[in-house]
Amino acid sequence: MGTETAAKRAATAALVTIRGLSKQYLQRSPFSRKKFVVDALIDVDLEIAPACLTALVGESGSGKSTLARCLAMLETPDRGKIWFEGNGISCCNAQQSAHLRPKIQLVFQDSAGALNPRFSAGQIIAEPLEIQGREIKKNLRSRARELMEEVGLSPDWIDRRPLEFSGGQRQRLAIARAIALRPTLLVLDESLSGLDLSTQAQILNLLLDLQATHSLTCLLISHDLSLVGQVADFVAVMHQGSIVEQGTRQAILTYPRHAHTRQLLDSCRVIESTFRTAQAGGRS
Amino acid sequence: MKYLERRVIHGILLLIGVSVLCFLFSDLAPGSFFDEMKLNPEISAETVAGLRSQYGLDQPLPVRYGRWVKSVSHGDWGFSFAYNMPVKTLLVVRARNTLFLTTSATFLAWLIAIPLGVWIGSRGGGWEDRLAMAGTSLLLSVPELVLALGLLYWVVRAQTLPVGGMTSVGFDDLGVWAKICDLTVHIVVPATILVLASLPILVRHVRASMVEVLKAPFIQAARGHGIGRVRLLFRHALPAAANPLISLFGLSVAGLLSGSLLVEVIIGWPGLGPLLLEASISRDVYVVVGAVMASTLFMILGSFLADVMLVAFDPRLRME
Amino acid sequence: MLNRTQVHTAAITMAEEWILSVATQPFGLVTSVIKRSESSPSQLTEAFIGDFSLMWTPSNTMPSGASPLLAVRGLTLKYGGSGKPVTALHDVNFDLASGEIVGILGESGSGKSSFALSIVGLLPAKASVGGSIRLQDKDLLQGDESSWQAIRGARISMISQEPGLALNPVMRVGDQIAEVIRAHRPGRRKIQKQESEAILRELCLSDVDRIYKAYPHQLSGGQLHRVVIAQAVACHPQIVIADEPMRSLDVTVQAEILEVFRAVNRTFGTALIFITHNPALLVGFADRVIVMYAGRIVEDGPVAQVFRRPLHPYTKGLLQLARRNQPQDGHMHPGRLPAIPGSLTNLDRLAQGCVFEPRCSARTAICHSESPIEVTPEQGRRVSCFNHGN
Repeated sequence: MGTETAAKRAATAALVTIRGLSKQYLQRSPFSRKKFVVDALIDVDLEIAPACLTALVGESGSGKSTLARCLAMLETPDRGKIWFEGNGISCCNAQQSAHLRPKIQLVFQDSAGALNPRFSAGQIIAEPLEIQGREIKKNLRSRARELMEEVGLSPDWIDRRPLEFSGGQRQRLAIARAIALRPTLLVLDESLSGLDLSTQAQILNLLLDLQATHSLTCLLISHDLSLVGQVADFVAVMHQGSIVEQGTRQAILTYPRHAHTRQLLDSCRVIESTFRTAQAGGRS
Repeated sequence: MKYLERRVIHGILLLIGVSVLCFLFSDLAPGSFFDEMKLNPEISAETVAGLRSQYGLDQPLPVRYGRWVKSVSHGDWGFSFAYNMPVKTLLVVRARNTLFLTTSATFLAWLIAIPLGVWIGSRGGGWEDRLAMAGTSLLLSVPELVLALGLLYWVVRAQTLPVGGMTSVGFDDLGVWAKICDLTVHIVVPATILVLASLPILVRHVRASMVEVLKAPFIQAARGHGIGRVRLLFRHALPAAANPLISLFGLSVAGLLSGSLLVEVIIGWPGLGPLLLEASISRDVYVVVGAVMASTLFMILGSFLADVMLVAFDPRLRME
Repeated sequence: MLNRTQVHTAAITMAEEWILSVATQPFGLVTSVIKRSESSPSQLTEAFIGDFSLMWTPSNTMPSGASPLLAVRGLTLKYGGSGKPVTALHDVNFDLASGEIVGILGESGSGKSSFALSIVGLLPAKASVGGSIRLQDKDLLQGDESSWQAIRGARISMISQEPGLALNPVMRVGDQIAEVIRAHRPGRRKIQKQESEAILRELCLSDVDRIYKAYPHQLSGGQLHRVVIAQAVACHPQIVIADEPMRSLDVTVQAEILEVFRAVNRTFGTALIFITHNPALLVGFADRVIVMYAGRIVEDGPVAQVFRRPLHPYTKGLLQLARRNQPQDGHMHPGRLPAIPGSLTNLDRLAQGCVFEPRCSARTAICHSESPIEVTPEQGRRVSCFNHGN
């Protein structure tokens, strides 16, 4: 009971509080009765502070995406609870999830696959507004133009199809659609991997701007600690289905306590420190 | 292997279901085998009624079904009124002939479809591709019956191939080699009809899955390693494209089987087709059920074969 | 003593003479100069007068005059679709010495991949190529498909972006390595198998027997990478081209795979062309770096020198991006990151002026109207920018 009330208290301070979240996947071989249990999430505890940028870092297969999908109510956890704005959420409750869905938006890694190639940019952005009935039909187009401008896309491209955009621009388009409903929480699942350094930096800057203007909360999921470590306020490190360490960016990057965090940091540094020594000296 | 057990059980359940449905539908149809005798003034109504009760046709449906099941368990598969013998003896010969025609046609169709489909698939957009697409569209739009009659007309005019039947007169006196030759000559026409009817769909599917696979990065990578064109197509691309084709194989067996029943009737091939037609018209109930069961069994075997091949070809479906 | 104007006039005459004297040489660079000089010769000549003495000529990129393993001259590539052809590569000149590791740096859309594909002759049918690619004494662009087939895998190999997708899902990985050997050295299967196993062992894979028999879906990302590398080096090619090989890898595995590439370079003496968008990967690995932008080479030089003192503003921007904030450098607050504004969108809009001008922070008036000419500010370096080094 004591832990329950403590958790509730924490839930009121943080935008999202996750306690003891577990999820298993059952894999069955099609030609035998053997079953394999894959532990995607093991007893995950996580807090996401409001209007902050939280980074969730881990290698591929560490369970980051499963956590994101649970958070976006696309997946039902086996055990554990998620509080959003102080209220417990579960995707079994259709009415509640319909109310919460617009507040939590997910941006996928593969934006080319997540955007309907037959829709124009304007239609893609306006679609959630139309479904939720937030805007009258007449205003949809102008609203889409505003949103495009907000994410740094030229409004003149409103009639282009997704495949006519570059990778970075498509990711901006996906963000524009995600923020169309003015969500409280934006979850970006590996949305930056596969982009160029310059584009990555531009998108991160865009997120910082959105955070400042709309006090948007972002959960940034990535395998690259050195990339997200530049901008995140808080960092959580995931390893084999559980969160091994979480704290402020400063704490994690300066005094990593868990061996896996150190390993992640070291592998970034091996490459980067040689790079820095190579660059050092001659610079005037 | 657990999988095998499950498949066998599924197959048996399907056969039971089909047999029940067959009985139900044959019961819905009006009249029985002996009704025609009533028209003959020389046969008294009592004799007909006696025959009916002798063969148990006056019993309610569940009883008849139960008797049939019992007969199946004895290996008789019911009794044919018209031929006056157990259905099994009748069926074995007919089913063997149908099986012979269907397997040869399936084999031949795939033997042509795979190289043709691979070749035109690798020439996406070229003139060969367009020609083949136009040809298959044409074939696809011609009904099987028209195809069969057209071919028949042509063959009869040319007078080079025998039409009708499976063997020549005096087949039993021929030597082994001559028997094989005779069978081959006779199967040409029905098999050609079946192959022509199924070929367009097969070629189009082979082509489509080849086009898809040839776009895959691993084919690009294999080209980048200097692997020759023919080897690239048949050793690298075809196995990767095989999955949908194997599923299609199961379906094609079913399609060819139903096509073959029709063609058999037209050509006079002594298979299940003419038997089924004859028996349905004369209400020889147990023969109808037996023939339908035999076709169902072939279909189950075809799809089972397809599943086994799927596992053999795709390592992703196999687990250690 | 001559006054300023006299010096200026003399220099212009010299430059014009030089242009005419080299006009007969078959280099794309020079032809392009000539074309432009027809319109306004002296204006053009004035534009690069300051760097006249540093003008790049193809002969001085090669150290000690050894003939290069691969020599690309005036390579131009256009993709003709339904509409106007799109230029993917514009007058690319490039030399590769044997055993050298060259990194090609650039954003997606900069023409890196098109460049790699044109060297192995895997361009789509709608591409039209101009210029020449010489591998030792063989002009690759003159050959037909069968001569390409003999070269690919045997003399030049390519490793494409996603190793998971570059392997056939229904073939054992060992057989896929043996297939490459079979394509170039037909012989007994048993020997091919032994050779493939030997190569896998060479790339420091333990558990070779299991991996040889495995299918791609049974292997981890790092193992798949090694298999793909093994495939590429199976026939001991002189050149291996790796196109963004690190893109899908976890950071922890990246360093390992770099080590494998290094081992390949050392043990087989293979020259590597390593395409990436991350400059940090090239340090301590590549000998030379080439920076590409909009289908052109904008800077070329030894890694140590280019990274210490980049000359092109684009290179500077890229390096700044890779120099990530780290808390040890004092307590930096999270804030906006340095980024090169804008993006590489339409290459054909760039009819005149420097291709990088719209995004350049150091642009001047001339950048808008004239294309910069490649210059050699130091031995072994070249850059095409009017304001390089500023």
